[in-house]
Amino acid sequence: MPRSAATIRRVETALAAASRFALVTLVALGAFAALLTAAGKDPLKAYVDTVLYVFGNAYGFSELLVRMIPLLLTAVAVALPSRMGLINVGGEGQLYMGAWLATAGALGFSDQPAVVLLPVLTVLGFVGGGLWALIAGLLRALRLVNETISTLLLNYVAPMIVGFFIFGPWRSPESASYPQSPAFVDAARLPGFLHTRVNAGLVYALVCLVLYRLLMTRTRWGLEMQAIGGNPEAARQLGIPLFRYILAVMFAAGGVAGIAGMVEVTAIQGRLVSELSPGYGFIGFLVSWLARGGAGGIVVMSFLFAVISSIGDILQITQGLPFAVVDILMAVVLFIVLGRRPAGRAR
Amino acid sequence: MSAALIAGVVASSIASGTSLLYATLGEIVGERAGIVNLGLEGILLVGAATGFAVTAQTGDPEVGLAAAALAGAAVNLIFAYLVVGRRANQLATGLCLMFFGSGLSALIGRPFVGTLITGLPRLHLPGLGAGAAARLASYDILVYLAAPTAVLIWWLLFRTRWGLVVRAVGENPAVAYAAGRRPASAQYQALALAGLLGGIAGAHLSLALTLTWAEGMTAGRGFIAIALVIFARWNPLWAMAGALLFGGAEALQLQLQAAGADVSPFLMNMIPYLLTFLVLILWGWNRQSAAPAALGRTWFGVE
Repeated sequence: MPRSAATIRRVETALAAASRFALVTLVALGAFAALLTAAGKDPLKAYVDTVLYVFGNAYGFSELLVRMIPLLLTAVAVALPSRMGLINVGGEGQLYMGAWLATAGALGFSDQPAVVLLPVLTVLGFVGGGLWALIAGLLRALRLVNETISTLLLNYVAPMIVGFFIFGPWRSPESASYPQSPAFVDAARLPGFLHTRVNAGLVYALVCLVLYRLLMTRTRWGLEMQAIGGNPEAARQLGIPLFRYILAVMFAAGGVAGIAGMVEVTAIQGRLVSELSPGYGFIGFLVSWLARGGAGGIVVMSFLFAVISSIGDILQITQGLPFAVVDILMAVVLFIVLGRRPAGRAR
Repeated sequence: MSAALIAGVVASSIASGTSLLYATLGEIVGERAGIVNLGLEGILLVGAATGFAVTAQTGDPEVGLAAAALAGAAVNLIFAYLVVGRRANQLATGLCLMFFGSGLSALIGRPFVGTLITGLPRLHLPGLGAGAAARLASYDILVYLAAPTAVLIWWLLFRTRWGLVVRAVGENPAVAYAAGRRPASAQYQALALAGLLGGIAGAHLSLALTLTWAEGMTAGRGFIAIALVIFARWNPLWAMAGALLFGGAEALQLQLQAAGADVSPFLMNMIPYLLTFLVLILWGWNRQSAAPAALGRTWFGVE
């Protein structure tokens, strides 16, 4: 087949997939609207408000990009290990630990200039999330505890460590009622673009996505990871060092989620707070799963989930509903996709 | 440690272990049929919110309890339809169920934030005196029924024809099918029972322990229960020991806080999770897996 024809075929399949998914989203929006109506709310108004807010002006749209940053990063943190059959459900905890170690750096090296400090904080965020995921990786590599259950449990421990520090050693003296760490110095703040909250974290996220794609498509490591994912025993017989791969991949994945945490504290909050994430790590898992671990799909799905979570904001602000209500909409989208995926051996 | 403190720890470990036990039993039934449900946390939340809302409306905690159990079963049947009927991936569907439950419970519970209810009545065992002993003998009905329920579930799974079919499906659906059983039907029934128990577990939290509704009030108990299933080696009787141990860790932490111990509550809150890890590691060391052989695998039928 000539190259151009193949390209057209690919575009056509992509378009067909996109339109099918748009239909799924519409059905989910309809179901969610029915539920909200039953609860005595006005879903149509919420949808219109969301569209006006998100696409009506540059600021709203920029906030959408802000929300995409942690989703992109936590999705990569799930996608990477999934390629070798590891299920990382711990993005949430890894995000918190990245934020925690980055905060340690921001408070400890506050006399350094930004040129030195920001790279250091980025590395610390990576290491914090990476080491947290490494606990699960090590337990899995030693065949002691399944990584799904260990990463899930670690999600609940990480916020407690953060809580311990902001209620204890790092408690800011000026925050009596609402404990948080002292504000970071300006040199520890990740710069933003054009007076919006969109920040260099977006660059980090895109770099991580590109590196992830290159790793999987252009390197021996990516190939060997897929070999492990396909048949671990065969991969082991071929001399692929499974143990080292599990550790390295879990560390890298946790590190990427840790960067999401570093971005939250250095760019958005400017300090360490206890409510750092409304479940970004879990949403990242769903994003990666919907995208089947593909880099392009992760961008599209992160965008979609960022829009959905904007609906949550609108419901909270204009209709007095808890933000968590929008979790229903996310779940329904996924339920429909899960339910209509053909009964083949989908992952 | 004073006698009153010890009595307090024992009393409240039984109370907080109860919810864990029902949840663990539910997950055991599902997993014995070969289905991992990571969405247990969502079931607990829906149970807690529904039980609370219905109790607040009707003023009758028994009606609330029944509604919670039914809501748990109904939500788990959505899960069952997807993983059994549509053969969807169990882990992804389970996590979705967690999201669904957290959102649905937030919606159900929203009008009742700040409401106080009279929860399940405490039944006093006759013949026990005052003081510490009396505290040990005054619980709601769900506490007294917890151990009998565990025995009942054990009996159902290991001593009845129904349980044999469920376990056969969990070990090898193809063989169960060849033997003339319908794997899907057994899995639906097991998951309905699991949802019932999960709903009760959630209701115990809001109707007997906190007597208020707060968003996300289950605080990861659903995930601890999933770990407890491994601890209990998929055996309902062992689940009793596990639930008591973990309820105890939680209770000890609460009692120490109440006694004014100078330890950060955040560090003490970690105890149940760290204990879970310790147990999982010890069991992992042991290597003998007790898991149903077909656990987590989707059966695609006989072509």
